[in-house]
Amino acid sequence: MFSNRLVNILIPIISVILGLLSGAFIMLIFGYNPIQGYAALWNGAFGDLYFLGETIRQVTPYILSGLAVAFAFRTGLFNIGVEGQVFMGWLASVWVGVSFEAPMIIHLPLAILAAALAGAAWGFVPGLLKAKLGVHEVIVTIMMNYIALYSANAIVRHVITDNADKTEQVAPTASLGSEWLEQLTYFSRLHYGFVVALFGALIMWFLLNKTVRGFELRSVGFNKDASHYAGMNVSRNIILSMVISGAFAGLAGAMEGIGTFGYYSVKSGFTNIGFDGIAVALLGGNAAIGVIFAAFLFGTLKIGALNMPTQAGVPTELVEIVIALIIFFVASSYMIRWLILRFKKEGK
Amino acid sequence: MAFFEILQTIIPQAIFFAAPLILTAVGGVFSERSGVVNIGLEGLMVMGAFVGIVFSLTFDSVLGGWTPWVAIIAAMFISSLFSIIHALASVTFRADQVVSGVAINFLALGLGLFLTEQWYGKGQTDIVERPFYSTDVFLLSDIPIIGPLFFSGLALTSYLAIILAFVGWFVLFKTPFGLRLRSVGEHPMAADTNGINVTKIRYIAVMISGAMGGLGGSVYALTIALNFSHATIVGQGFMSLAAVIFGKWHPLGALGAALFFGFAQSLSYVGSDVPLLADIPQVYLMIAPYVLTILALAGFIGRAEAPKAIGKPYIKGSR
Repeated sequence: MFSNRLVNILIPIISVILGLLSGAFIMLIFGYNPIQGYAALWNGAFGDLYFLGETIRQVTPYILSGLAVAFAFRTGLFNIGVEGQVFMGWLASVWVGVSFEAPMIIHLPLAILAAALAGAAWGFVPGLLKAKLGVHEVIVTIMMNYIALYSANAIVRHVITDNADKTEQVAPTASLGSEWLEQLTYFSRLHYGFVVALFGALIMWFLLNKTVRGFELRSVGFNKDASHYAGMNVSRNIILSMVISGAFAGLAGAMEGIGTFGYYSVKSGFTNIGFDGIAVALLGGNAAIGVIFAAFLFGTLKIGALNMPTQAGVPTELVEIVIALIIFFVASSYMIRWLILRFKKEGK
Repeated sequence: MAFFEILQTIIPQAIFFAAPLILTAVGGVFSERSGVVNIGLEGLMVMGAFVGIVFSLTFDSVLGGWTPWVAIIAAMFISSLFSIIHALASVTFRADQVVSGVAINFLALGLGLFLTEQWYGKGQTDIVERPFYSTDVFLLSDIPIIGPLFFSGLALTSYLAIILAFVGWFVLFKTPFGLRLRSVGEHPMAADTNGINVTKIRYIAVMISGAMGGLGGSVYALTIALNFSHATIVGQGFMSLAAVIFGKWHPLGALGAALFFGFAQSLSYVGSDVPLLADIPQVYLMIAPYVLTILALAGFIGRAEAPKAIGKPYIKGSR
């Protein structure tokens, strides 16, 4: 009745339900009407085409940053540095977008490619240090986040512009924006980035599950020593994994750079796209299709929450608690698994 | 500016910035030494900062001069309770400890901001009226050379941080409890066979890290940030985690690493006053702490050996 596969799909679903229920409970405690609260959230995410457009826009970078975290996880690496790689991708795509003019068919792919390369380069450093010197990738990626934040700011101020806090708008030939999509969604900021994100998920699935290289990457994630014994080059796979993970993160940055905003402005702190990507990857079970669903859920929650204060008086931050609880329940899947098995036994 | 005066500006600043990191990192060492990964240090600091600020704002009129001290104790207590969630997930529910830690980070920030909005009706709290002020230590600050460097212009909490790092070292390496804690992190089955309650030790270790993280967060809030908002704790917990690993899972190593971060951070603050550093573009000073950390890890620190059983839930009877 409950195969292992089914249980694996049930766990995230049950976690989401438990998370939402806990959110309702918290709303009750603080004297809000949970039904009103969640209705406001629903309207804020799907109420009309404008909100739908904004939701999809928010989901787009989440898919890519989720893929980035998930890809590294599959090779047994924890990439907390997605945040920094996002900055680099964002900056690179905008830089290509503002610095010259070219036909769209060259300019746009070039901007996207630049973002992927910049993210990949930022992932290469921790990968190399991990593979060759055994330096813990968690610390190096954390440090790289700060380096990215400050260097990107300095590059915007002193290289791309002359002491301005913001770059110019990217050339239309390098922009993912589309008037058609904007008009369709009552002038939301929806852009063609979601095509890139879905394509990215397809690539990750194909690479990991259908190629020899992907098999090696996963194998290193399962057991480094056994992979080494089987003749695989562990160091090369570790570096490759971080590079590909970084490339996905860079693309997530491009979604903001040449999609949503069209410029890079000096940042005082992190965007949280990378950190939220960790949550997305975890809920999505580190699989490409799971990441899409998880990104969709979190994007919906984040955009929908913006409507909660006005329509139901509930603070936006409630959603952060709900997301945290969902992750917590996913983490405690042992308990849910145990309960399901228990239920299965009694049902017989 | 003379060399001595430069030191006089940099060193107290370094210790001042390092104190919250020292506290949190020493707590992290306890948790990780018992075999529980603690990515949640950031969240524990957030919780500590939130409780510290709210407590100060609420009880300022009652407690007077004692407010900040009672506030950091309250923050320790609440954060320690909060960390039980992490222990429950990672020890009892056998959760992936990294995932559970990430959940702690999200949960602390979510709860803190939600309650701030709920209680104060805005995104950030007011500024506290009675933070920790920096003072000169009685008599000691008059000692030539050492006095101005180490005993003047520092908040008392900075000394507390350094003292607690040594206390942490003593507890971890010189007491039976410390030995048990380390054995649980290295080889839980052997520890279990010798009659040590692995679950209990791990719960205690995580709660210690909760208390220290709460202390670190509240000290940061009451010395540097002075209010609570989404931008109060941004990455200090991750820096503390880095200090744990940089310091090779040793309380004094963590102390050293945190002081190093503090030193590098203070360089970027006072850099413009120092003749040699003033000519360097500011961005290099800003990224210096992080670049130096990476170089240090890659170069002379070498491979860090984590506790053997780190990240693995202990399941009785399994091999």
